[in-house]
Amino acid sequence: MDTLRVVNLGVKVDGKKILEHVNLYVQKGQTYALFGPNGSGKSSLLMTLIGNPAFKVFDGRIMFKGKDVTSLPTDERVKMGMGMSFQTPPKVSGVKLIDVLKYCAKIGGYEEKKIYEFAEMLKMRDFLYRSVNLGFSGGEVKRSELLQLMLMNPEFVMLDEPDSGVDLENMVVIGEAINKLLERDKKEGKRKRSGLIITHQGHILDYVDADYGLILYKGRIACIGNPYDILKQISKNGYEGCLKRCLREFQNLNQNLNQNLNQK
Amino acid sequence: MPKRIPKSKPKSKPKLEPEVKKKMKSVGIDMKPETRSATFLQMDQDVKAVSSFYSGVEMLSIRQVLEKYEWVEDYFWKAVKRDQDEYTKEVDVEDVNGYFIRALPNAKVEFPVEACLYLRSPKKQKVHNLIIAEENSELNIISGCTSHPGVTSGMHLGISEFYVKKNAKITFTMIHSWEHNIEVRPRSVAIVEDNGVFISNYVLMNPVKLVQMYPTAYLTGEGAKAIFSSIIVALENSVVDAGSRVVLRGKNSSAEILSRTISKGGIIYARGHIVGEAPNTKGHLECRGLMLSDEGVIHAIPELEAKYPNVDLSHEAAIGKIAEEEIFYLMSRGLSRDEATAAIIRGFMDIEIKGLPEYLKREIDKAIEMVEKDLF
Repeated sequence: MDTLRVVNLGVKVDGKKILEHVNLYVQKGQTYALFGPNGSGKSSLLMTLIGNPAFKVFDGRIMFKGKDVTSLPTDERVKMGMGMSFQTPPKVSGVKLIDVLKYCAKIGGYEEKKIYEFAEMLKMRDFLYRSVNLGFSGGEVKRSELLQLMLMNPEFVMLDEPDSGVDLENMVVIGEAINKLLERDKKEGKRKRSGLIITHQGHILDYVDADYGLILYKGRIACIGNPYDILKQISKNGYEGCLKRCLREFQNLNQNLNQNLNQK
Repeated sequence: MPKRIPKSKPKSKPKLEPEVKKKMKSVGIDMKPETRSATFLQMDQDVKAVSSFYSGVEMLSIRQVLEKYEWVEDYFWKAVKRDQDEYTKEVDVEDVNGYFIRALPNAKVEFPVEACLYLRSPKKQKVHNLIIAEENSELNIISGCTSHPGVTSGMHLGISEFYVKKNAKITFTMIHSWEHNIEVRPRSVAIVEDNGVFISNYVLMNPVKLVQMYPTAYLTGEGAKAIFSSIIVALENSVVDAGSRVVLRGKNSSAEILSRTISKGGIIYARGHIVGEAPNTKGHLECRGLMLSDEGVIHAIPELEAKYPNVDLSHEAAIGKIAEEEIFYLMSRGLSRDEATAAIIRGFMDIEIKGLPEYLKREIDKAIEMVEKDLF
C-alpha cells in the first residue's frame, strides 16, 4: 500500500514555478534518499508535502494514506501522521522547547515522561527550557528536530538534510534516532514507517540504509535506483553524468529531461 | 535575616467588594499577609490599609511618615523636582497621599511588599511615594494601580522617589489596569548608590486613554546597575507614551533597558535613553514591537548619549508582524494556527530578566495570563 502518492505535482513560490510534473510513490515501510543539486527543489518538495502555505500547488495533488491532503493545513497533515525535520528551522523567541515537545508528545500519543527519556537519548536535556532553536548550534538544531519528530512518532518521516554540519560523534546519535524513527532496526517485512531523506553528501547513508535513491533535477524526479549506486555515480560523474547514464539505462524516463540535458 | 512579626495581622482589614478584589488581583495585589511582607491600599486619596508583617520593613502612608521622621525631608521631593511639569505641581498639595516603604539596613526580605493604588471615583488621584532601601538591604515591591469597574474617566498622577543605598537592591514591579477614559501620568526617579541595583518592571495590557511616563534612574554610585523592562499592549483608542532613562554617573555603572510592545490598534511610543557620563560605563537598549492589527502605531525611539570617551552604549530595535514561518513551524508540531499564534505572542512577552525574584516573575506571568485570553 502507498503511504504517499504524489501525482503530477506543480508548485509555485512567489508566482515562480519551482516544481512541475513531480510523480512520487512512497510505499509503507520503505525509505527513500532524495538527491539533487542545489536549487533543484528538494526542500521545496518537502515543504509542499507538509503544507507550508508559501508553497502554492498549481497542479496535481498529494495523496496521503489514500486521502487527498493537497489543501489540508499543516497541523491536520501532522495529525494524520506526517512529520518533518527542518534544515534551518526558525528561532521562536520565548517559546520553550519543552512546550513544543508537549504538543509533539500529544501527536505521538506519548506521556510527558517520554519527553525526558528521548531528550536524554538525543542529549537535549539541557535545552528543554530554552527558546526553541535560539542560540542552538548546527548539531543541536538537528538533534532538537529529531527529538520533536521522535515524540510525534510519524508514519511518514521527512528529513531535510539531517546530516549537514554534524560532527562524527553526533552523527552516531542522529543515525540511531533516525533508524528508530524509520524502524530500520526491525526486519524488512515488519516496518510500517516510511521516510524521505534529503542528503547532499550522503553521510547519513553510512548509518541509515535507504531502500531507494531519487534524483530531483530541475523541478522533476529524474532518476530512481539503488541509493548507493546513485551516490557513487554523482560523486564520480556529477549529477548530469549520473542522469545521462540513468537515461541510457532506463529509456522509459521522460523525453523532456533528455532534451534539457542535450541542450546544454 | 528579618523575621516575620509573630501573629502579625493587618491593623485594619478593609471590607472589599468582590469586584474590587478581582480588579486588585489583576494587578498582583493579594491582600494575603502569608505571601507578602507588607501591604498598602489607597483608594482615591484615602489610605484603607497599611501594615508591615516583617521586622526590617517599614510601611507607612506618606502623611504618617512626614509627621514621624524629620529626616524624610531629605528625600521628599529631592529626586523628582516639584516644578518638573504641570503634573508634578498638581501633586504638590496638602491632600496628597501615598506610601512610604523602607528596608532597614541589612534587611533582605524575600516576600514582596504590595502596594495598591485604586481609583474609585472619577476624579484625580494624587499620589506621592517614597521608597528607601538602606545599605545592604533588599526590597521587592509589587505596585498595582487600577480603577474601579465602570469608572469611565479620571486621572492618576503619581510621584515615586526611589533611593537605593550602597549594596542595596530594589526590584519594583508595577502592573497597571485601567479603563478607556483614564489618563495616567507617573513621574518616577531612582537614585542608586555604590553597587546598588534597581530593577523596574512595568506591565500594561488593558485599555487606557493615555499613559505618559519616562521613569529615570540616576546611577550615581560606582558599579551601580539599573534594569528597566516593560511589556505594553495598546488596544484601540489607547495611547501609551512610555520610556525608560538611565543616567550613568558612577564609574563602572551599567544599564539595560528592554521593552516589548504590542499594538492591537493603539498607539505606542517606545522610548529609551541611556546617558554615559562616567568612565567604563555600559548600557544596552532593546525595544521590540509587534503589530497585530492594520490600525495602530508603534514608534520606537531609542536614544544613546555619550558624554565621556570610555563608554559602551548600544541599542537594537525591531518592529514587525508575527512571522508566518514561525506559525507554520509550530503547526508542523501539531499546534493549530490559533495555538501557534498565541504561543508566539506569549513568547514575545516573556522577557528574561536577570536577578528578578521568582515571586515577582510569577506575578508578572499571572497578570499576563489573566488578560491574554481575552486579547488574542
